[in-house]
Amino acid sequence: MELDRTLNRFTAQCGEWLRGCGPESDIVISSRIRLARNLADFPFVRRCTDHDRAAVEKAIRDRLNNCAELNKLLFLDVAELEAVDRQFLVERQLISRELAESSGARSVGIDPHEQFSVMINEEDHLRIQLMKSGLDLESAWDQVNQIDDVIESQVNYAFHERLGYLTACPTNVGTGMRVSVMLHLPALVITRQIEKVFSSLQKISLAVRGLYGEGSQAMGDFYQISNQITLGRSEEELIRQVGDVVPVLIDYERRAREYLIRESQQDLHDRVSRAYGILCNAQTISSEETMHLLSSVRMGINLGLIPGIEIPTVNQLFIQTQPAHLQKIRGIELGTADRNIERALYLQRHLAKKPSKNSEN
Amino acid sequence: MKCQHCEKPATFHITELTGPELLELHLCEDHARQYLTPAEAEPSEVSSSLTESLTKQLKIGQTAEELARLDQRVCPVCGISFYEFRNVGRLGCPHDYVCFDAELEPLIVNIHGATRHVGKQPKRQSGDSDWQTELIRLRRELHEAIEDERYERASELRDEIKRIEGLVASGGRPE
Ligand SMILES: [Zn+2]
Ligand SMILES: [Zn+2]
Repeated sequence: MELDRTLNRFTAQCGEWLRGCGPESDIVISSRIRLARNLADFPFVRRCTDHDRAAVEKAIRDRLNNCAELNKLLFLDVAELEAVDRQFLVERQLISRELAESSGARSVGIDPHEQFSVMINEEDHLRIQLMKSGLDLESAWDQVNQIDDVIESQVNYAFHERLGYLTACPTNVGTGMRVSVMLHLPALVITRQIEKVFSSLQKISLAVRGLYGEGSQAMGDFYQISNQITLGRSEEELIRQVGDVVPVLIDYERRAREYLIRESQQDLHDRVSRAYGILCNAQTISSEETMHLLSSVRMGINLGLIPGIEIPTVNQLFIQTQPAHLQKIRGIELGTADRNIERALYLQRHLAKKPSKNSEN
Repeated sequence: MKCQHCEKPATFHITELTGPELLELHLCEDHARQYLTPAEAEPSEVSSSLTESLTKQLKIGQTAEELARLDQRVCPVCGISFYEFRNVGRLGCPHDYVCFDAELEPLIVNIHGATRHVGKQPKRQSGDSDWQTELIRLRRELHEAIEDERYERASELRDEIKRIEGLVASGGRPE
């Protein structure tokens, strides 16, 4: 089946945002920019009849297929997907939970490198998103801006002279742009400084979310920082607003890591090694515990406390051990208990070091 | 009227609906913003739930009767009522920004601290937006005609929609 081939191809690759390269990639996982756009001649998605919704989906998909620049996109009809496949795309951050869980005609176009995806009939008719590994907002904006131009040459966007791009929710009106940077901040969590950092971010109207966006827990010490304001500032200003704060956070995290090394190197080394030990030896393990322990291991690798494992390997494990990923990789549906066993086996296989080095010292 | 917390004039009149009885607050802009911003200790607020909580719990600059009247206002294009918008936190169509302009403005100021877009604009003029709005209205009318089994009217509407779609697509102005 075409669909299975497409999804299986994704399981075999790690996806742009987990490549573990790009500027500051020891702390910055990925940079993402998404634009919300709507067609001028249809109601917003929630207000569409089934007929409207199908017409919007088809119109946009046809127009995108017309663009030479976009014809490599792989379109998936989200309404037709099995629940596990929808969940799989959510885990890869290719679609939002909202798109996965809503109903009616809706789809996603994904570029083969998973840098770029366009959701049709999410909260807005179009959600265009571009993801880069590491801290790289400028080129993310360049690329998504160009894609937006291409799409705009094909469709009439709802645009208001004073209010800008019109969106279903007034929180997105204006630029329709959400700039977000995902950071791995384990040392700030251990040193209990994270709350302080967040309340100061909120004061300058930046939002903080967990790994999987709205309402999700900060699993694995991953945090997404993004702009709240979309109106009254240009795209460049919004990017600068988020971009300016990231080096400060990186600096805090690095200083917290240095502090931990200086003040409690043994405890830290112990913590990291135990995490690694459990991941290598557990016989059954939940997703939450895995994320939590992988976070320590990831920091340990960055601090040189665990030799012989690469950051991209660990990055990939964060996602491959998610419930839908395990099931896609294994090729069968698994209940929670079986998943926990499968997860433990998967971790053992992928974290085993070369025979010469081991974790005894 | 003066702000309840300082000497500045109260420009925000907020009716808090979450408690057992209506609570009227009269605040200056600074204190209103402070009041509307979630407390620090709470987990980070999601932007969309911000609107939801604002639209659900707070009614800005209105008395209770005015609000009741306001809630019943309906967009002539997509048919959404202001009450429905307040409940779901999502607008019905692009025209809502025009027809609920005055009601949305305080909300937009609260969220963005601004009222005017700066930044990217579509390169081409996206045709005549009145006609695009008209298409939304006609499609709704068509849907209603079909539901009511008024097939003759439905067929007229289909033709009209096709005509306008054709003209909009060819960049012309259907006049
Ligand atoms: Zn005051
Ligand atoms: Zn409307």
